[in-house]
Amino acid sequence: MLEIKDLCASVEGKEILKGVNLTVRPGEVHAIMGPNGSGKSTLSAVLTGNPAYTVTGGSVQFYGKDLLALSPEDRAHEGLFLSFQYPVEIPGVSMVNFMKVAVNEKRKYLGLKELSASEFLKLMREKRAVVELDNKLASRAVNEGFSGGEKKRNEIFQMAMLEPRLSILDETDSGLDIDALRIVASGVNRLKSQDNATIVITHYQRLLDYIKPDFVHILYKGRIVMSAGPELALELEEKGYDWIKQNND
Amino acid sequence: MNALEQYIGLYREYREVVERNAPAALNALRPAALDALATARLPRKGQEDYEAIDMEAIFAPDYGVNVTRLDYDIDPTESFRCDVPNLSTCLFHTYNDVPHISATSRRNLDGVVVETLTEATANHPDVLAGHLGRLARLDDPTVALNTLLAQDGLLVYVPDGVSASKPIQLLNILSAAHPTMVVRRLLVVAGKNAHVRLLACDHTQGSGTQVLNLQVIEVVAGRNATVDFYDLEESGTDTSRVSSLFVEQHEGSSVLVDGITLMNGITRNNSHVQVVGEHASTELLGMTIASGHQHVDTRSFVSHNVPRCTSNQMFKYVLADEAIGAFAGKVLIKEGCPRVEAYQGNRNLCASPSARMYTKPQLEIYTDDVKASHGTTIGQLDEEAMFYMRTRGVSQESARRLLMQAFMSDVIDGVRLDVLRDRLHYLVEKRFDGTLAACTGCAICGK
Repeated sequence: MLEIKDLCASVEGKEILKGVNLTVRPGEVHAIMGPNGSGKSTLSAVLTGNPAYTVTGGSVQFYGKDLLALSPEDRAHEGLFLSFQYPVEIPGVSMVNFMKVAVNEKRKYLGLKELSASEFLKLMREKRAVVELDNKLASRAVNEGFSGGEKKRNEIFQMAMLEPRLSILDETDSGLDIDALRIVASGVNRLKSQDNATIVITHYQRLLDYIKPDFVHILYKGRIVMSAGPELALELEEKGYDWIKQNND
Repeated sequence: MNALEQYIGLYREYREVVERNAPAALNALRPAALDALATARLPRKGQEDYEAIDMEAIFAPDYGVNVTRLDYDIDPTESFRCDVPNLSTCLFHTYNDVPHISATSRRNLDGVVVETLTEATANHPDVLAGHLGRLARLDDPTVALNTLLAQDGLLVYVPDGVSASKPIQLLNILSAAHPTMVVRRLLVVAGKNAHVRLLACDHTQGSGTQVLNLQVIEVVAGRNATVDFYDLEESGTDTSRVSSLFVEQHEGSSVLVDGITLMNGITRNNSHVQVVGEHASTELLGMTIASGHQHVDTRSFVSHNVPRCTSNQMFKYVLADEAIGAFAGKVLIKEGCPRVEAYQGNRNLCASPSARMYTKPQLEIYTDDVKASHGTTIGQLDEEAMFYMRTRGVSQESARRLLMQAFMSDVIDGVRLDVLRDRLHYLVEKRFDGTLAACTGCAICGK
């Protein structure tokens, strides 16, 4: 579904990604690990179309379409989802309104009829249960005054609402205690199917105890320097990032 | 010839007709207005408190004035529904500057008096003698011009101890086949312990004709009285409005003024509040949404003349396209007024690179033991929030709309009339998605 070839990108004139290659097929879970500043968050920002980043080379195909040519909203409509490392607070915009617009604009893009108010509320109720998100949170302004854990749960709730084909979870474990981590991970696992895929970006092995990857990639200095099965994460945990640095500097 | 001279000339020529078709209480005010105008000039753009607006240009077109009081061949109660339905109010229509009071609207007033100034001259001469023209300051030439030409208007009189259960809605319709200056006058007198909620809605019917709405509103809030005044403008791009509001607050009174501009051409709103009794509280709120070439200009002045009272001001603007907004606000705390608390805020969102906001907050304080502050911001739409929403599939246009609406939500939530608050959320949503431009309340257009 996703085919990244020699992707290069820069932010504020500084080159961060220096030729990333990655292929993701339906049903797979990929973990991308790497030390701070290796380009993990840049990769997710570039894939979702953050205007602050400039693509300087390479290509990304998503179900045969040139992903980089699409606007951020059309990428979402095509089935791409990013769970933010730092979800944005939007005072004055209610979760209900926000999700209603998001869901219906996606349906419109796909040529489906908009949901009626009652259909929509039913969907909200169903999906809230996936991450045990309180009704009170769902009726508040987007992320405003949410705790770190609530914000991450809210990300997975939105993922459940939008039913993406490819989800990128950017440091979803950061700022989560063990209980919240379990709830978030079980939400992600419940949403997993043969038809969708997940890219988990993380620093630590911890999250991978809950969300089992099929592949682990190590991103270092803007390139994927190592790819293997889930055992790589354990090895990395044991040897530390210095091991990668020694081999690649 | 400057713009004022053409109207002074009109008055001199038609003086007899003007006075014959107007109540004595208004005629009595004209000589002083004429004196004040003798040496007056309309402010030009760039003068103090007129940084962005040219008053001379607003009055320059050769507007006609309905001095002979031709009645309009129309029944506004039949032809116009307001944009705030389901609001159970006592409804009073004013068609241009001619008030229409139907028998039905006089019912259920719970002791509140709503009369034309002509009627009030006969029925409540003491109220008029005591208050009409007392607060309006003739040193503003636009106020003097209104005083020179006004021939009728409305009195809302809430006697001591009377509490109006229903809001009183003043539905003002502007409509003209030729360029017309509408000269409106409103006097609100709330006695001791009186309570009243007023909603004024300005609409323009039809488009393509220039109308200038020149109005003066005087509000007296007696001891422990409560007056909530919502002033909603939903006119048209060819409408100019110059509105001056004068408020006097006595001991323990509470006054809320909420000025809302959803649709207009060029608007200048002046509020002038004199707090003369201790423990009074003043709330001035403003909400403006302007796009295209619309212009909304606000001047607020709150004078604390006595100790121990509070005032709070919050004016919010969302400006798109080439719209221009201006806010000049001043809080004066006179000598010997300890324990006054005053706040003044002006928050603005410029949603396009060519929108312009001019803002000038001012505090003038002559007493030490007071709390006073002001805050002003001019910002753009939050880029991070925009991107976040877009990654969820919300189009850029919808994301902008949601953020602009969000910016206004706290001012709307400050509205104490439930139905109006809900309706404003709806109208603001429509305003931002561009569907308010159609004349929604007008049965004649049938839209």
